[in-house]
Amino acid sequence: MTDLLYSEEEEALRAAVRDLLADHCDAPGVIARTESDTPHHREAWKALADGMGLAGLLVPEDKGGQGATHREAAVVLEELGRAVAPVAYLTSAVVATEALLACDADDLLADLASGRRIGALAVALNVAPGTAYKVVRHEDGPLRGELTGIADAAVADVLLVPADDGGLYAVDATAATVTPQVSLDLTRPLATVTLDGAPARLLGDAEPAVRRALTAGAGLLASEQFGLADWALTETVRYLKERKQFNRPVGGFQALKHRLAQLWLEVVNLRAAARNAADALATGEDVEVAVTVAQAFAGPVAVHAAEEALQLHGGIGMTWEHPAHLYLKRAKADSIAYGTAGAHREALAGLVDLQAP
Amino acid sequence: MTSAEELRRRTRELLAAHPPASTDRLDFLRARFDAGLAWVHYPEGLGGLDAPRSQQAVVDAELEAAGAPDNDSRRNGIGLGMAAPTILKYGTEEQKQRFLRPLWIGEEVWCQLFSEPGAGSDLAALGTRAVREGDEWVVNGQKVWTSGAHNSRWAILIARTDPDVPKHRGITYFVCDMTDPGVEVRPLRQVTGEAEFNEVFLTDVRIPDARRLGEVGDGWRVAQTTLNNERVAIGGMRLPREGGMIGLVSKTWRERPELRTHDLHQRLLKLWVEAEVARLTSERLRQQLVVGQPGPEGAGMKLAFARLNQEISGLDVELLGEEGLLYDDWTMRRPELVDFTGREAGYRYLRSKGNSIEGGTTEVLLNIVAERVLGLPAEPRTDKDVAWKDLAR
Ligand SMILES: Cc1cc2nc3c(=O)[nH]c(=O)nc-3n(C[C@H](O)[C@H](O)[C@H](O)COP(=O)(O)OP(=O)(O)OC[C@H]3O[C@@H](n4cnc5c(N)ncnc54)[C@H](O)[C@@H]3O)c2cc1C
Repeated sequence: MTDLLYSEEEEALRAAVRDLLADHCDAPGVIARTESDTPHHREAWKALADGMGLAGLLVPEDKGGQGATHREAAVVLEELGRAVAPVAYLTSAVVATEALLACDADDLLADLASGRRIGALAVALNVAPGTAYKVVRHEDGPLRGELTGIADAAVADVLLVPADDGGLYAVDATAATVTPQVSLDLTRPLATVTLDGAPARLLGDAEPAVRRALTAGAGLLASEQFGLADWALTETVRYLKERKQFNRPVGGFQALKHRLAQLWLEVVNLRAAARNAADALATGEDVEVAVTVAQAFAGPVAVHAAEEALQLHGGIGMTWEHPAHLYLKRAKADSIAYGTAGAHREALAGLVDLQAP
Repeated sequence: MTSAEELRRRTRELLAAHPPASTDRLDFLRARFDAGLAWVHYPEGLGGLDAPRSQQAVVDAELEAAGAPDNDSRRNGIGLGMAAPTILKYGTEEQKQRFLRPLWIGEEVWCQLFSEPGAGSDLAALGTRAVREGDEWVVNGQKVWTSGAHNSRWAILIARTDPDVPKHRGITYFVCDMTDPGVEVRPLRQVTGEAEFNEVFLTDVRIPDARRLGEVGDGWRVAQTTLNNERVAIGGMRLPREGGMIGLVSKTWRERPELRTHDLHQRLLKLWVEAEVARLTSERLRQQLVVGQPGPEGAGMKLAFARLNQEISGLDVELLGEEGLLYDDWTMRRPELVDFTGREAGYRYLRSKGNSIEGGTTEVLLNIVAERVLGLPAEPRTDKDVAWKDLAR
């Protein structure tokens, strides 16, 4: 039976990651960083990867990783979501790593696991598992073409690029032109990757690798969305207990209490769905339904939580200075990442035999 | 002594001594109670073995595999879910010995005389009076929406024993004998056509003081035990995927392709996901209970299931189109048990409307979540320190 709780070790891991983020990654710092040339938080990344070895959670020990499971990675993502941390964890330590696990690319895997190098799968962030994605031309060796919407490509050292011959290739980032795009989500920016005869190394078949990578990405994204939504709820409740209008704490008005209680219910449900997806990925059982259910549910809940947080903070919520906007932007982008809720619902129709008319 | 192994052994002994195939149903249930295998977390001698609650599953699995009869908890939901834990916590030794066995077996069904015409959500405002006369209490008043009063032997009853103190402090909790003179049960027909609940008129009903539960004036606190158990009972159940209302509509969808439309498809998938997630949440709650860390999710699960049952059953009626315009049977009946899913789509739709009212309305439960789980401030109150008799009515 699926284990939906957290183990003691997982709670200890959570506490450690939370401490680390409290030291390295506070909201004013993240806001300032979004306007600098280095939105990616190198120091936080180094502390997570080098200091704690978390970039290698999904990689077996004999391949240079920690040999942990998606359950632990999910806990890390909950905390990263809670802090809207601008680090390439989901994209490199989960998605690119899963793609490499599907191929036999042990050297690269060890690099990513150590955090020394960051990898990015060159598939647009909005692509759902099992759906079509864009490929580049393979011209007897070098690759040519342009791919857009690649998350965290700007900080990647190695790009994993699908080509029209059905192969997945490793391209050194220095051999590609990576142009940042102005992105809705300031903390997980997208970029265009242009390959103009870039040398590339064949890793394996693209289709199974991309499918596996996107499935894990979609499944664990739900944990990030849970962390984000939980922050939005907790922070809003805290604020509304303090904020007074009409000579009372605003949080004592029933219209708001009911909205927050509803939101709490959504967040509690999201945690169960996210836990279920992480557990399914870890055990390999019921993966497709668990991931699809989690993604069909998570996006709208996280967006709702972030939208409520902004609204219920009133004017202060609308300012650049307050972090609510970082969460809203991340939540909205997350609701498209690895497939929208609607796309996942349609996939589910096939999986559970509820066919369209 | 109550390891899983030990429980399994005792269960097998019970089965060997009373083979289900050749034993009368009630005799089997009596033997099961006396073996301490009815509710293993209850004390010895009262149907249990002081074992952890989670161990019940071990016993149930063995009994189910052997095809043993069960006590059909749907017939006595109020007795099992609410009266029993309250009696266990507040009852005298004599009361426990007298009531728990026939209650668990189902020989005696219970109902709940709490709500009144003037006191629903604000239950503590109730006006049914109990006046002491020697060793007895004389009760007068009217209760309403009493589920199953027509087949109940006993009732848990709260009544006002002191009108001169603020409302929460002047209430006392009793066990009322539904066969006593002065208890009159009148069916109240409901939207589904049947009369599942009743009005109950209490006229000079005499209740011996020995049937009081808890101290005089402490009834509100005792009632909290009842009400909290009501919510746990609703939240902690175990369901398979597609186990509830969603399974019924999914089945229709699969078997009747001619009914499908694109709009209904989107709504069905959305509700399917929500039902699956609610199932996972209640499973998570159950897992927390098993490891002894009950979460606050219980309060939320009733809210979630009420909304889902209403939305899914509403979709079901629409999906049926022309058939959705029909109803199975409007006959006024007084059913013995409440079966939310047993009848057809129209009934399920109408009955589900009660899910957000019975056992505390959705609005009131949202207040409870906001105040007790999220810690938001309560609304200002004008009724807390005023004697009940001086409250505006
Ligand atoms: C099918 C069914 C079975 C039942 N069985 C039993 C039974 O066996 N025994 C028993 O004792 N009772 C029973 N009840 C009664 C049930 O507990 C009450 O109906 C319920 O508590 C609501 O009380 P009320 O009907 O007086 O509504 P009211 O309290 O009058 O409420 C009217 C409306 O106002 C809202 N409201 C009230 N107070 C607030 C507030 N503070 N904030 C916001 N909104 C508020 C309510 O949510 C509701 O929408 C049953 C009810 C149903 C529908």
